[in-house]
Amino acid sequence: MADLDHGRAWPGATLTRVPYWVYHDEANYRAELRRIFEGPVWNFVGLESDLARPGDYRTTFVGEMPVIVVRGDTGAIHAFENRCAHRGALIALDDGGCAKHFQCVYHAWTYDLEGNLVGIAFEKGAHGRGGMPDGFCKAEHGPRKLRTTTISGLVFATLSGDTPPIEEYLGDDVRRRMARVIRKPVQVLGRFVQTLPNNWKLYVENVKDTYHASLLHTFFGTFRITRLTQAGGVMVSPDGGHHASTTIDRADDRQNTAYRDQSIRSEHAGYRLADPSLLDSVDEFGDGIQLQILTVFPNFVLQQIQNCLAVRQVLPRGTGAMDLHWTYFGFADDTAEMRRRRLRQSNLVGPAGYVSMEDGCVGGFVQRGTVAAEDELSVVNMGGESAESQETRATEASVRGFWKAYRRYMGC
Amino acid sequence: MTRVPRANLAATLAQLNADYARAIDDDRLEDWPELFVEDCLYTITSAENHRHHLPGGLVYADSKGMLRDRVRALREANIYERQTYRHLVGLPAILDESDEGMRTETPFLVVRIMRDGRMDLFATGRYLDLVTEDAGALRFRERIVVCDSSRVDTLLALPL
Repeated sequence: MADLDHGRAWPGATLTRVPYWVYHDEANYRAELRRIFEGPVWNFVGLESDLARPGDYRTTFVGEMPVIVVRGDTGAIHAFENRCAHRGALIALDDGGCAKHFQCVYHAWTYDLEGNLVGIAFEKGAHGRGGMPDGFCKAEHGPRKLRTTTISGLVFATLSGDTPPIEEYLGDDVRRRMARVIRKPVQVLGRFVQTLPNNWKLYVENVKDTYHASLLHTFFGTFRITRLTQAGGVMVSPDGGHHASTTIDRADDRQNTAYRDQSIRSEHAGYRLADPSLLDSVDEFGDGIQLQILTVFPNFVLQQIQNCLAVRQVLPRGTGAMDLHWTYFGFADDTAEMRRRRLRQSNLVGPAGYVSMEDGCVGGFVQRGTVAAEDELSVVNMGGESAESQETRATEASVRGFWKAYRRYMGC
Repeated sequence: MTRVPRANLAATLAQLNADYARAIDDDRLEDWPELFVEDCLYTITSAENHRHHLPGGLVYADSKGMLRDRVRALREANIYERQTYRHLVGLPAILDESDEGMRTETPFLVVRIMRDGRMDLFATGRYLDLVTEDAGALRFRERIVVCDSSRVDTLLALPL
């Protein structure tokens, strides 16, 4: 048993068993914020297209830490803690905008676009009295700065000096899968926030869980968007933390009766849409992959479900809650017809999505189901015990991959 | 086509909104698409997206068939805990009238009641409607549901 400093234990080295306290324990949650989100990981913090001009900024979070992400005068993207160096108030109060500098409302301390403290109101006092001591050095005071990096139009940030370059962090396979989707300038179609009544890890596991998709979601199984019998598979990065699952519909699977034979609820024979234009899709990437879900440890999801594209940012909010930030997008050169197709298919995802709706509640079902079972273990055994890529989605390999990475960062 | 008498317009508009709310709150979801014309647009978005002219919606239906599909999915396909809404719908303001119909704006408030009795203020906002006369009755050609908040708790199953 590997003990953590807060006295909780893991059941040995196996990745196939996960203790339920991990979704409920307060001390462990605080350790996650420090060791994972504020540790040597790349956190997704937004789209580069939202920071087109110098001064364009968005406010977001790294774990629970409020941060400002801003395009500087030289074109570089900066990120720093949204916390005044004086008394700790939020520096920026809006979701975003365009700024020449940032000034805290409390006592008017001013920061440049790189997060440097450049101005203190009444620094020399008034009428020769008061003010800051002569020895006070502004350069030594400021909000914590994060390193940023961009890849495929996505902005990531890290607080740690030890985080490897993003290319190395992701590995070639994940990079290729990411570049496959975000291959030209994006255009945001809409943004929503979904508050989920569960620990952040339950959602990340859900996204990585290729086994559940066509069993929980009737739309996936019935309309052959993804079924476990279809071609494709799941790619897990060597460190376990990132994954990409893919589905390819091939003619040889169309008569497959595996769902019917097992009386699985999610295959609904005879279910037809009154307006099937919802599912009218085109192979825009030219490779036959109709569904690809990609995650980057710890908090990023890139989704391609047919022509419905979105990025999702996972933000923890205590042991039993999280925020899921959805950004639906298309490409700047989309035709009107493609735009309309994406909007129609967006019915599949988001808080009201024919597919994603269930992912909004199923994490809460686990959170509530396990409240008295902190010392019990969940079973993550589909597809064996390893966290390696597999040519099937009837596996929990990428969920085990998550725990492999998680335990390494947490040191347990 | 029978014209709705001008003097009764405000009352007829209020009745349309009342019928709309009751269809959802009384769990007669199958009646809900019938308040729209065939070639309709129903979307749910946020004030933030609306202000920035972002077209993406939580729900995006551009035909009555898509509304019927939404109802059928809620009945037969989707998994969510039993819940009901209570709509409080304010007075419709008529903003504009033209050949295509009346542009109206109507505020709403929706309380969501879960199976265990928990009640939450689930959504507030305004309906931006294009209301048209169809076979002697008023129906929605467009209903853009603009929620004041961009945040949705857990999931949005029943229509707003």
